[in-house]
Amino acid sequence: MEANARDNTLLDVRALAVEFAAPRRGLRASIGRAPRAGVRVVDGVSLHIARGETLGLVGESGSGKSMTALALAGLVPKPGRIAGGTVRFEGRELTSLREAEWRRIRGARIGFVFQEPSSALNPVFTIGSQVAEALEVHGRASGSAARARAVELLDAVRIPRPAARADDYPHQWSGGMKQRALLAAAIACDPALLIADEPTTALDVRIQAEILDLLAELRDRLGLSLLVVTHDFGVVERLADRVAVMYAGRAVESGPAREVLAAPSHPYTRGLLASRPGATPGRRLAAIPGSVPDPAALPRGCAFAPRCPERIEACDERRPGATAIAPGREVRCLLREGTA
Amino acid sequence: MAMVEVRGLEKHFVRRAAPWGRPTRVTAVDGFDLSIEEGEIVGLVGESGSGKTTAGRCLLRLVEPSAGSFAFRGEDVFAMPPARLRQARRQMQMVFQDPESSLDPRMRAGAIVEEGLVIHGLGTPAERRGRVREMLELVGLDANRADRYPHEFSGGERQRLGLARALALAPSFLVADEPVSSLDLSIQAQIVNLFMDLQQQLGLTLLFITHDLRLVRHLCNRVVVMHRGRTVGAGPAADVDRLWGQISTGEPAGSDLEFRSPPDRRAAEFEI
Ligand SMILES: Nc1ncnc2c1ncn2[C@@H]1O[C@H](COP(=O)(O)OP(=O)(O)OP(=O)(O)O)[C@@H](O)[C@H]1O
Ligand SMILES: Nc1ncnc2c1ncn2[C@@H]1O[C@H](COP(=O)(O)OP(=O)(O)OP(=O)(O)O)[C@@H](O)[C@H]1O
Ligand SMILES: [Mg+2]
Ligand SMILES: [Mg+2]
Repeated sequence: MEANARDNTLLDVRALAVEFAAPRRGLRASIGRAPRAGVRVVDGVSLHIARGETLGLVGESGSGKSMTALALAGLVPKPGRIAGGTVRFEGRELTSLREAEWRRIRGARIGFVFQEPSSALNPVFTIGSQVAEALEVHGRASGSAARARAVELLDAVRIPRPAARADDYPHQWSGGMKQRALLAAAIACDPALLIADEPTTALDVRIQAEILDLLAELRDRLGLSLLVVTHDFGVVERLADRVAVMYAGRAVESGPAREVLAAPSHPYTRGLLASRPGATPGRRLAAIPGSVPDPAALPRGCAFAPRCPERIEACDERRPGATAIAPGREVRCLLREGTA
Repeated sequence: MAMVEVRGLEKHFVRRAAPWGRPTRVTAVDGFDLSIEEGEIVGLVGESGSGKTTAGRCLLRLVEPSAGSFAFRGEDVFAMPPARLRQARRQMQMVFQDPESSLDPRMRAGAIVEEGLVIHGLGTPAERRGRVREMLELVGLDANRADRYPHEFSGGERQRLGLARALALAPSFLVADEPVSSLDLSIQAQIVNLFMDLQQQLGLTLLFITHDLRLVRHLCNRVVVMHRGRTVGAGPAADVDRLWGQISTGEPAGSDLEFRSPPDRRAAEFEI
């Protein structure tokens, strides 16, 4: 079974690290002229996705989900950089690719939906031409054929009257419409892997359901693999086979989505799920107390320890390694070490 | 009279398909009514593209409304001269749906949060800095990151930066457009709790634009449903599912406003 799963692997990420040059902090830094050590915002993340499989990536705001997603598509913004690890996709190592090589893969084999659609759309070109461009740069269609296909794609993501609206500029579209335009461009070339960063945050429940159906259909029809970054456990439930939970740059828990949602193991995952709005309107919600540590000043031991209700002394001293607690399930928590 | 009374709000945009194209009129809001009592939290829901953001922006006159009236504590906001409007904006703030494009990329986080205080001449520099730290921490951001630029934050952190900016002036009326849409459940819970605290302790009045019906039930007192630019229903937040169900039966999702058969008198102004 193991070997079989491996043969079918589309994406295999090992110990990925993303670093930013540390920001200068006021006078002290400039006087001291200390060498600016990098801040790791993604630190040793491993994940894998099989063909036709969907992985949900969830976790705290600022925990490194977008940076992980961007790294897999060669899009880490400067001065950030991939500082370690390997990314194998369709049997090829991606971390050493040059930009020219990336351009052949990105958009064609890997589709990408950015978290903030406005920043990804060019304000001076019409939406239709930007979707058509996704086809043209990879030689899939050109001219009026590309335009016709772009309109079809906009229709597929439920833009009303797509032929007329394709001539609009981004500022003339609502938040949820722009989000869907990005998705249309990302699936234009039938990629093998779609990386979508919060693809449904701006959508009402009905259109969200239709978009999730569309993604499920692409998966079933074309064998599309999906990496979906989301904070919406409804999306995870409906779409994801497996889920990985991030906290402070690390994957603290991963496993089959259903199992993780039903019986979360890591104290962070438990706290996260307990924060769902409950049955009693107006009652204060159970947020995890405290706040995320600054990635530039992470505690020596477990990054979640300062907020953890189950913390023991050792948690402040030692970083937990990955423990397999069930087939396909891993947790990084000292309390779970030795329970397998 | 309620604190917020909006009647018959309309907003039309002029659209040119191409630089050489004939201009046409697009109707984004077409008969939006809303009333909010002081200290109330009202949810605004509706399909993507139904006009929620445009309606919110019109209330603060970030875009000029085409028709309708908005009385804020009895005063007609749409008739305010510029100087009076500037004053009134201290009381009325907005959290934008799209943090990326609403935060000046050249300003540091601290300056963004402080800007409103500077404009309204509030506090000494030291007091303002204290207020900035307080606001950043209120939304769960490390105050030591005040010297960073917006692009150095994550999506959810930027969203909270926009919230900190809006809250710095302690507005009495806040329009929050999807203010928690990019936040994980735990931080979302913190912000929802914060809204409830502000309502109880400071009597904040909030128009909460969202697509999350569960949050409406949890946080809001009442809910208003918008469809194709107009208010089509309103009621207690507990009824949100029933009200939502009324608009989402019988039509394809996302059918937009321009497609509706327009009232005769304006038929000619609509695009075919
Ligand atoms: N340009 C940058 N320079 C320095 N730090 C950055 C930069 N961009 C992001 N960061 C930091 O990197 C960390 C990870 O950011 P990332 O965008 O991956 O978070 P995220 O998990 O996607 O969060 P969210 O759910 O809020 O979108 C955050 O602490 C963020 O502040
Ligand atoms: N500046 C503009 N010019 C032309 N049309 C516009 C403009 N701004 C908005 N529109 C159109 O008005 C309609 C309503 O948009 P609005 O952004 O208010 O919707 P919304 O309800 O906020 O949607 P979402 O839930 O997706 O954010 C949409 O059809 C949109 O394309
Ligand atoms: Mg993100
Ligand atoms: Mg909107």
